[in-house]
Amino acid sequence: MGKKKRKRVNYGRYGYFFIAPFFITYLLFQLWPLINTFYYSTLSYYKRNGREFVSFAGLQNFINVLGLSAGERAYVISYLKNTLIMWGCNFIPQILVSLLLAVWLTDQKVKVKGTGVMKVIVYLPSIITAASVSVLFKALFSQYGPITQTLKNWGLLSSNFDFLSTVAGSRGLISLILWWMWFGNTTLLLISGVLGIDPGLFEAADIDGATGFKKFRYITLPLLKPIMLYTLVTSAIGGLQMYDIPALFNVPETGLVGLPDDKTTTMAMYIMRLYNSDVGKAAAVSVILFIVTLIVSLILFASMRDKDEKKIRKGGGHA
Amino acid sequence: MNKTSEGYTRKLKHQRIFRFTICTVFCIIALLPFLLLVMNATRSSDAIKSGISLIPSTNFLTNWKNLMIKQNGMQITLQKAALNSLKITVPGTALAVYFSSLTAYGIYVYDFKFKKLAWAFIMAIMMVPSQISVIGFYRFMLDLGLVDTYVPLIIPTIASPAVVFFMKQYMEASLSKEMIEAARIDGSGEFHTFNTIILPIMKPAVATQAIFQFIAQWNNLFTPTIMLTTDSKKTLPMFVQLLSSNQFRTDYGVVYVGLFVTIIPLVIVYLILSKYIVAGVALGGVKG
Repeated sequence: MGKKKRKRVNYGRYGYFFIAPFFITYLLFQLWPLINTFYYSTLSYYKRNGREFVSFAGLQNFINVLGLSAGERAYVISYLKNTLIMWGCNFIPQILVSLLLAVWLTDQKVKVKGTGVMKVIVYLPSIITAASVSVLFKALFSQYGPITQTLKNWGLLSSNFDFLSTVAGSRGLISLILWWMWFGNTTLLLISGVLGIDPGLFEAADIDGATGFKKFRYITLPLLKPIMLYTLVTSAIGGLQMYDIPALFNVPETGLVGLPDDKTTTMAMYIMRLYNSDVGKAAAVSVILFIVTLIVSLILFASMRDKDEKKIRKGGGHA
Repeated sequence: MNKTSEGYTRKLKHQRIFRFTICTVFCIIALLPFLLLVMNATRSSDAIKSGISLIPSTNFLTNWKNLMIKQNGMQITLQKAALNSLKITVPGTALAVYFSSLTAYGIYVYDFKFKKLAWAFIMAIMMVPSQISVIGFYRFMLDLGLVDTYVPLIIPTIASPAVVFFMKQYMEASLSKEMIEAARIDGSGEFHTFNTIILPIMKPAVATQAIFQFIAQWNNLFTPTIMLTTDSKKTLPMFVQLLSSNQFRTDYGVVYVGLFVTIIPLVIVYLILSKYIVAGVALGGVKG
């Protein structure tokens, strides 16, 4: 007994050796930079004669980027708005289409042919380099691009129409790219969710004579809620960091300004614009992005936990 | 029983055809941009301007030659950029997968004081995006003199919380602790056991995660853009960025052929590995 116990304690210390590289790397390359980003957001940087000068600025960087002081525009607010609009216009159709496809591709009664191939096809866009996808869509939808040109040939657009010069067209296309890239991924996630539902539930519903819609409404949808929330959280967090697609889609060569009229510039593009020229401001934008990301995920997780607690109180729940 | 009448079967058949049609439409939407890409890569710039065509033409080699000539005036050539991407992605993927397995194994197998805390920490940081700390990271690398090297793009992959999560899930499902006990009795050291017995057993999980890591690192644009300043060190997504610049504004054929060579190899690799990838996506999502 005593020998066995001593042996286990001996092996236990190997645990530290095994996890050490991960934690050292994380602390050094992620946590320490994160803490420093908070610290830098309170500093003011300016260059003179090629040398960098630093002084304490308190909350001045935040006041500036939020447009609360004279002569400063509220870039953060408008870029956050751009980011959220473009993400939202992609996510709502994405979850709806994915839900439809997930339910149809897993339905054991109305078996659709070729589901295996379909799963492979819809996931394909999500592995392609976002940079390439963005440039491809830009080429297809530019003023003389083939898709625009075809719509003009059919008389659906006026001959001098340009998607990229309108706010709705530019934002809409960025949302379309995001939707195109990610609806397959969400479909596969939801499919794994549907397959996790006890088939007995559907059989019981069949015996009770439930229609397809009723089964969806009262079995599939409630039981898919956790995985849908997971999809929502990961998509929202990813969406807030959106960079590759808007940064390559409709920007002039002179700088990272999302055309037209700065209406497709995202938070990450703003950080990229500032990181070399104004460290304090860039850090302040990062901190704001961090806080927004945190709030969004906490709200979503809290709503998820509420559901769990209710389930536990009811005495059921095997999530 | 009464429902299995002829009318019901016919309804089911109609339903099946209807759903198949809608699902096929979404598959076509997913494939159409690729199709247009391939077709346009074979057409001349003037032909591309006239609208969509699904008939291939004969200009592929001309477009390719033009790209090869034009890229000499660019910051970096396609071949060099692809090589640079490999130089970052291969070691980055190897480190991510190896050390994530190591970390997951350490938490799964051993009992130590901070085991629960370590696991809770990994779960908590899993969703923290790296963009948020990039300013601190950039300044830190500047202080260490590592800006414009590949070190900041490779070494941090040792800490990949999402891969650790996946690996631990897999170990819980398919790794028996008796096997480790048996190896100990045979006198195998702990790290030796991990490297020679555990890793080979973990092969399916390692392969799946290696694919996902490779794709993620290969496609990364944000961090390399901040870290790399020398033209000759730039990566493939940064080369793609150059394709959208002014010098190609009217050279559509060249742009499409450039995109073709950055996209189509990924498509081919995906189709070969699709079985593992599609299964891997589902596994990653079960955590719910």
